[in-house]
Amino acid sequence: MSALLYAVVGAVLFALGLYGVVAASPLLRKVLAFNIAGSGVFLFLVAMADRVRVPFPDPVPQAMVLTGIVVAVSATALALLLICLLRELSDRPREAADDGH
Amino acid sequence: MTGIETIAADVWIAAAVASPLAAACAMLVLRRWAAALGVLGSLVILGAVAGLAHQLLLLGPQQLVVGGWDPPLGIRLRADGPAVGMAGITGLIGLFVGIYATAYLRPLAASPPHGERLFWPLWMFLWAGLNALYLADDLFNLYVTLEVVGLASVGLAALARTAAAVAAALRYLLVSLLGSLAYLMGVALVYAATGTLELRGVAAAPVGYAALALMSAGLLMKTALFPLHGWLPPAHANAPAPVSALLSALVVKASFYVMLRLWFELFAPLIGPATAHLPGVLAAAAILWGSLQALAARRLKQLIAYSTVAQVGYLFLVFPLGLAGGSLRPAWGAVLFFILAHALAKAAVFLAAGNVLKAFGHDRIADLGGAVQQLPVSMFAFAVAGVSLVGLPPSGGFIAKWLLLAAALEAGRWGYAGVLVGGGLLATAYIFRFFSHAFRFVPESVLCCGLPRRMEGCALLLALGSMALGLAADPILALLQIGLPETGAAGAGGAP
Repeated sequence: MSALLYAVVGAVLFALGLYGVVAASPLLRKVLAFNIAGSGVFLFLVAMADRVRVPFPDPVPQAMVLTGIVVAVSATALALLLICLLRELSDRPREAADDGH
Repeated sequence: MTGIETIAADVWIAAAVASPLAAACAMLVLRRWAAALGVLGSLVILGAVAGLAHQLLLLGPQQLVVGGWDPPLGIRLRADGPAVGMAGITGLIGLFVGIYATAYLRPLAASPPHGERLFWPLWMFLWAGLNALYLADDLFNLYVTLEVVGLASVGLAALARTAAAVAAALRYLLVSLLGSLAYLMGVALVYAATGTLELRGVAAAPVGYAALALMSAGLLMKTALFPLHGWLPPAHANAPAPVSALLSALVVKASFYVMLRLWFELFAPLIGPATAHLPGVLAAAAILWGSLQALAARRLKQLIAYSTVAQVGYLFLVFPLGLAGGSLRPAWGAVLFFILAHALAKAAVFLAAGNVLKAFGHDRIADLGGAVQQLPVSMFAFAVAGVSLVGLPPSGGFIAKWLLLAAALEAGRWGYAGVLVGGGLLATAYIFRFFSHAFRFVPESVLCCGLPRRMEGCALLLALGSMALGLAADPILALLQIGLPETGAAGAGGAP
């Protein structure tokens, strides 16, 4: 029963996050929304591990969540790096693009 | 028999994925030798794929259970005709684009601390991701490889380090992440419904349809099918030319390849004629819209990027032609052949455009008068590859379009046949519009710098490759069809 609750909450978080990525205009907020959507998927997956109880919960969804977290962290890092780079480049005038620092 | 077939297939499969990974790691340590390691690595990877193709032809589809761990917790890689065909074209294009990049990126390599130098490790990570994606045999492994491909491509797209390129790369990253999250949610739903991650038919239940919708939407975004193509032209047009070639020729095809596998293997029982026509309609719109935008483009690389938007449309014609009452095998063979033909031609065209950009210092189409007279080799490569993009005989593009057209006529789909022909005419128009400027006679030289010979040679070789593909179509088609899924739209799933 509680697995169903987790699954529903996961799906709702996923939907909210997707909406945020599309609708939010600040870039940082888009990245946060992506992380919320990702957490929603992970929660849903963990809830799926409850389908099999005997002799232990299904390990496959948990393996997927672990891998998914690694992917989400690297993607977030790359997005933040690009946001910083974009800010740095657009603060300076155009010809500054190739003169280093 | 002799020699090569005594090496087990799993060695070749492992080498195809592991050697680019190893090369990428080596390059991060030995930065000074990145280019040499890259060309060497490309040859090794190409050799592994050739060995794999040899095994495939002799013994049929091969597989490798990585580390001896069985699925679903372990990873199983499977090499069938489509996978080896895709890995082969990636190898060929990768080798030539890499050689080209050694010249194209050189003047810039010294100045910024980590701009252009990152090309090689990123490209090798991308290559590892691509090969693993072609060989992946379960839904979750496809997700991981899609992400590896996506992240590496975004890094490459941002290499130019201009505000426009970084903004385009960021947009590309967000679209790509959105797409893969939707895909992952679909994987979770399929797992919830079936308890397995294998690419086997799912039952027709609401959960199955939800998974179909989410995964397809995610992959359409990544493949840039109209109307989700907005991110592609800026990302591909602002990247350095070798990167544009890799992204346009190979990366968009990777997510399409996943879509192909899903629709024909996993979701085949769910897809009725109406569902199959949806991508068909979008495909027709993509062909028209992309071609018109290419006609209106003011910069050469933009023109080529919009041409990719149009050509991606042709790929999606496989779904109505193969799943809505038509026969499966011809449509599947046609679309895989189309992927190969377009990949070669598009890579050649982007490399030729890179030569123009280098030699003229800009790529504004209206100011490219004298190009044919001063860059004859590059322009010849552009023209030959253009013939393949348009689909004139004897090019690979001609065979691909011919096969699609035959499939459309056989199924009695006159609308799609019309789109195929109309798209070819529009492609002629945008290629010729460029040449009408390029052929203009200019009395004195307008070039700002000379080109290393290998930059022109690589573009030319790829263009000739797109022509040779048409001449060697039969054996290649036979290879692509080894191990095709036999379950059609009517099949109720089940193991082959």
